[in-house]
Amino acid sequence: MIPLSWYLMFAALLFCVGLYGVLARRNAIGILMGVELMLNAVNINLLAFWSYLYAMRLNGLVFVAIVFVAAAAEAAVGLALIISAYRRRNTVIVEELSLLKG
Amino acid sequence: MSATQVIFLVTAGVTLGAAVMTVSARKMMHAALWLVLALTGIAVLFVLLQSSFFAVAQVLIYIGAIAILIIFSVMLTRRIVQEQYPSVNRFWWVAILLALMVFIGLAVTLSSWRGLYPDRQAVNEHPEDIAALGLALVDPAGFVIPFEVASLLLLAALVGAIFIAIERKGGRR
Repeated sequence: MIPLSWYLMFAALLFCVGLYGVLARRNAIGILMGVELMLNAVNINLLAFWSYLYAMRLNGLVFVAIVFVAAAAEAAVGLALIISAYRRRNTVIVEELSLLKG
Repeated sequence: MSATQVIFLVTAGVTLGAAVMTVSARKMMHAALWLVLALTGIAVLFVLLQSSFFAVAQVLIYIGAIAILIIFSVMLTRRIVQEQYPSVNRFWWVAILLALMVFIGLAVTLSSWRGLYPDRQAVNEHPEDIAALGLALVDPAGFVIPFEVASLLLLAALVGAIFIAIERKGGRR
């Protein structure tokens, strides 16, 4: 069978790939994709711990459901903000959205 | 090496490759399609974790809704010139360094954690109990308050998204 550590290691790798995307991308939609990858890595961790350690209880599943809801809300608001910013400034490159820079 | 291990390794490899392509593809549309592949791989991992409900939810919510939203936004915010610029900022090496440091930190923490290795080698054979989950989500002694707060968050987020993205007649508001 698959050891629990494989899932945890895979989730850690996926989280770090998403972190790199968040930090390095210039396009705001690319940053949002990195955030989605990080949220998915967290979900894998939650489901792996539920499945290996607490399969008799429901807490893990409720956690995953709440993370799904938060991810959906985050994607909807984030993309609406990006489209609104694009409409006003005609760019989605985050370095060009520097109105608040001192 | 058993069949599930082979399935896990293949899926994990494909998912990680797709994730790397997601964060490094030059064209945002390609990145969005790689993201769909990565999300599909994660749905397969959910099946391996005996959680078929969340595998289906992953396909419906992430691939069906969020990926479509992302693809729509990529198409709505397209500029031809922007794809000639580099897709990463000039501090990309700092980002790689930080991601590597976080991974090393996580790996060291995991390998020094005592609770990981003794007799936790097999996934529990019981698939999740959807009926019990549904009852617990509306049970006052269970999770009804987190459930309602999550519903309120989703409603507020959707109303806010429409309010932000709506185009008003007469230019700036």
